[in-house]
Amino acid sequence: MQFFYSGLTSGSIYALVAIGFNIIYNTTGLINFAQGEFVVLGGMLMYTTLTILGLPVSVAFLVTFIIMFIVGVVFEKFFLRYVKLKTETNLIAITIALAVIMRGIAMVIWGRDSLAVPPYIEDKTISVIGGSMNSQSILVIIVCFFVAIILSSFFKYTKYGKAFRACYDDQTAATICGINVNMIRMLSFAIASLLGALAGAIIAPITFVTYTDGIMAGLKGFAAAIIGGLGSFWGGLFGGFALGVIEGFFAFVLPSGFKDAFAFIILLLILFIKPTGLFGKKKAVRV
Amino acid sequence: MKKTNKLYLIFLIVFLSVFYFLVENQFYRSIVIYVMFNAINASLLNILFGYAGIISLGQAAFFGIGAYTTGILTVHFGINPFLTILIGAFISFVVAYIVGFPTLKLHGHYLAMATLGFGMIVYILFNEFTDITGGPSGLVGIAKLSIFGILIDDESKFYIFFSVIFVGFSILLELFDKSFYSYKLKFIKESESASKSFGINVSKVKLIVFATTSMFSAVVGSLFAFYSGFISPVSFSLKYSIDLFVMATLGGLGSITGGTLGAALLTVFPELISNFEDYEMIIYGSLLAIIVMFFPQGISGLIKKMLGKYVRS
Repeated sequence: MQFFYSGLTSGSIYALVAIGFNIIYNTTGLINFAQGEFVVLGGMLMYTTLTILGLPVSVAFLVTFIIMFIVGVVFEKFFLRYVKLKTETNLIAITIALAVIMRGIAMVIWGRDSLAVPPYIEDKTISVIGGSMNSQSILVIIVCFFVAIILSSFFKYTKYGKAFRACYDDQTAATICGINVNMIRMLSFAIASLLGALAGAIIAPITFVTYTDGIMAGLKGFAAAIIGGLGSFWGGLFGGFALGVIEGFFAFVLPSGFKDAFAFIILLLILFIKPTGLFGKKKAVRV
Repeated sequence: MKKTNKLYLIFLIVFLSVFYFLVENQFYRSIVIYVMFNAINASLLNILFGYAGIISLGQAAFFGIGAYTTGILTVHFGINPFLTILIGAFISFVVAYIVGFPTLKLHGHYLAMATLGFGMIVYILFNEFTDITGGPSGLVGIAKLSIFGILIDDESKFYIFFSVIFVGFSILLELFDKSFYSYKLKFIKESESASKSFGINVSKVKLIVFATTSMFSAVVGSLFAFYSGFISPVSFSLKYSIDLFVMATLGGLGSITGGTLGAALLTVFPELISNFEDYEMIIYGSLLAIIVMFFPQGISGLIKKMLGKYVRS
């Protein structure tokens, strides 16, 4: 059973990254290849604010979030918006470019070593059915559910949420209805960036953070989003946990080096068999 | 149809031979050899991405399959080096065919992620099958290739050998660019449904292009293994796939000189700056961003535009 619990912890990070993918996908129809780098930057900023600057935890979170919000805004406003030919491949290329830039900047600023972030709550081991769990891991899982509930109700029930969804359906129509499409696009990147940072910040005390982590986080988050179906928050959440647990299981029975390969094999299988995922919208496949 | 660009090919031949006679320094020669390796790989990616619109972020994997086939077969089994090139090419073709069959039905970001995932799987396998691949520390003692009884065992011999291969490859590329096939690919890139209605078997054409370019990548990978005598997974990581992507985009997608141009710039440039490694990613990323944002035709597109003012080609 132990692998199940450790799977839940890593799964909730995948879920948060997957939801980040979904937010951007739901408003712009794009996949942001830099989503994993947001996670890394979030963890690294927490390291700077907590360990180096010695700020209190709440202030550290606030500073990290403000910076990451700005990063998200800059990402859309100064890069994506100025792509001359907005073809899908060009937009993919620009997010890849930004991912590489962010990775490079993280390496220059924070170096190549793994950074340890101090835990936010008291480190305790709690025994649960068939195993034990760390208090940090429970925090991660709770935060993940909390975020999923808040975001899905935001998109479902509020006026702004409706505006986000309108942008995905038809940008021209949304503009005619008086929705500031550019603003919404920008905000979706900012929220995705915040989510990534949140994921990075809460996982950092457990796994530490290295500048190369972004690739794995991004790919596995994407795998989670694909399993659940792109565009579906609850699907992303489910996909994240499913991927985490399956991966935990394989790490348990096979040499741990192969663990990462399995995530991608699952990703490929889902893409081959049912690219719309388990709960995906029909629109996901475009010819 | 346009005439073949003989000027470019003559320039290549002249440059490579003049360079050989003027520069004795092994280090500079090795840089040119690396340029040629990257140029072939980037040009192959250019065919996929720039011509056929197949975005592949896993090309390093096929390069690696070639290199590791040669490495493993010569180190552990002592098979004739020349034969391993063919075996590597065959394996790569088959793998690309099997992977491409379901993958190439995907588009845009799905395809990008699928190929990225495939690249990662192969990279992990190189790392984890320690018994045969040597794992992260790599594989040493790869045999040297001999052609017509001449053992290619030093830098200058390899330079001559590989230059010939490279020029041959460039001629092939040039012929491909001016052939009907390249127009077919570009048509598919523009609109799949339109090309379908013109009777083109889109999925078959894409699959063949994908498998063929991967096969060529594997051949180059085998040659790389012979050249360096040592291979480790790092050379075939995601980073190399992204590097190739940047090279092809920088040089100019959909232009036959693009891959070579991009590879030349991005291979020579790092050697000129001393602590380039620290800023490598920022520079690569920024170059890619600038090209994509402002010059989608790449450098060769810019050159063509500038020349176009004076010469009508």
